[in-house]
Amino acid sequence: MGRVDGKVAFVTGAARGQGRSHALRLAQEGADIIAVDIAEQIDSVPYGMSTPADLEETVRQVEALDRRIVATKADVRDFAAVKGALDDGVAQLGRLDIVSANAGIFSFGTLEELDDTTWNDMLGVNLTGVWHTVKAAIPHLKAAGGGSVVLTSSVAGLKGSPNIGHYVSAKHGVVGLMRTLALELAPDRIRVNSVHPTTVNTDMIQNDAAYELFAPDLPAEQRTRETLGERFAAINGLAIPWVEPVDISNAVLWLASDEARYVTGVTLPIDAGSMLK
Amino acid sequence: MGRVEGKVAFITGAARGQGRSHAIRLAQEGADIIAIDLLEPVPGAPYDAATEEDLAETVRQVEALDRRIVASKADVRDFAGLKKALDDGVAELGRLDIVSANAGISTQMAPTEDLAEDMWQNMIDTNLTGVWHTAKAAIPHLKAGGRGGSLILTSSEAGIKGYANIAHYVSAKHGVVGLMRTLALELAPDMIRVNSIHPTQVDTPMIMNEATYRLFAPDKENPTREDFEPASQATNALPIPWVEAVDISNAVLFLASDEARYITGVPLPVDAGCFLK
Repeated sequence: MGRVDGKVAFVTGAARGQGRSHALRLAQEGADIIAVDIAEQIDSVPYGMSTPADLEETVRQVEALDRRIVATKADVRDFAAVKGALDDGVAQLGRLDIVSANAGIFSFGTLEELDDTTWNDMLGVNLTGVWHTVKAAIPHLKAAGGGSVVLTSSVAGLKGSPNIGHYVSAKHGVVGLMRTLALELAPDRIRVNSVHPTTVNTDMIQNDAAYELFAPDLPAEQRTRETLGERFAAINGLAIPWVEPVDISNAVLWLASDEARYVTGVTLPIDAGSMLK
Repeated sequence: MGRVEGKVAFITGAARGQGRSHAIRLAQEGADIIAIDLLEPVPGAPYDAATEEDLAETVRQVEALDRRIVASKADVRDFAGLKKALDDGVAELGRLDIVSANAGISTQMAPTEDLAEDMWQNMIDTNLTGVWHTAKAAIPHLKAGGRGGSLILTSSEAGIKGYANIAHYVSAKHGVVGLMRTLALELAPDMIRVNSIHPTQVDTPMIMNEATYRLFAPDKENPTREDFEPASQATNALPIPWVEAVDISNAVLFLASDEARYITGVPLPVDAGCFLK
């Protein structure tokens, strides 16, 4: 008996990285999946974003677990597209119990230098996209008689960090959204919590642009996974450079499961102690 | 394969209530148990003391799960007695991986100016110093194992916000958060994680008594469990009056397991949204 047996989970940003990991972990424990991903580039994002082939790979891996999945290309900034994909998924899979609002992007610049497009893309995806995801899901969760919504924030949702002010602002906004939703949805037994990862070992971090942000003092040829690992380790309490996507998935799974049936309104760091430093 | 298979857990206050529930839940997932309890009346406590029979029942229920348990009578205020009980348990069971510092009391309820000196002191000695003693005795065993470990300190909703008429309890439970944060930093190099849990009202003998009913329903002359229920529910966001001991145990299990291998320094509410209200 899986820990989320018979439930249906909606995961945004599911083509790769944390989103794919969440889809697989929930499917391993018995859930069917409704997946969306933008599966194309946003011009202000300085690394290669996911592709339709990535989303197809998520589908293949979920189906290999003998679970069903309905996957659609959709941009969380477009409410009609998110709602269309989710409504279609619920129509096919019959219900909705779990929401993982995971889709997110990363880009860089001081607040003095950021241009409007970079700012608006960030707020559009990482904050408004989360609101859109939940807004589309609420009617289905209410119809199911309860549920669990997990919003992906960040350690940057709980403390400041230079050169990513738009990211910090969006991820802090997710905490305000989570706390308000938890109060609004409690009468319907819908729980809402946020997860706050430290650096996660995904394509969003393992790229030249991110390396330059975290090691501007090193010449480009010295910005390797190993030298960056030391930089990333310095922000953690535990002596590790980053956590793996499955560590976030395990937290999402616990919050999604009935074991956390009375946990709501909580900011849960998976941060190797970085908040303490 | 259980989620804490082959590990050994030390649990204080294990004769009944949350402590017994933690012992059973961890045993269900494959852990052996070292259990202690005071088994004596607590001055000023508005409920009966746990008994030898209670602790024997915990032993019976753990053994019924085919797990081993070493249970002894020990007082968390007495470091030497606690240390001996733990050392004996580790000698018999071979290792230590998990610590649940759960033992706690509830006593006089009165405005801060009227709290008795001995009531204050015994509260701090049990609910704060007892937690320090528990961690202090456990740390050498956890370090000796070389496999890291997980300490879970039981704080309370009263560890993250104030409540009138129980200043000694609120102060001790807030102190546990400071202890947790310091231990998390000190023990991170050894991959020993330290977190605290913050329950709302839990359905155990510690709160199911007339004094606690009166704390929540001060307008009633002889308040009953039925009077307590709506007053208790009003503190929560979810439409429930209290949580069950197993809900706290499921949080302890998650934090104790390798699924939370990179979670440390976190205060985790299991509070039905009480913190948001």
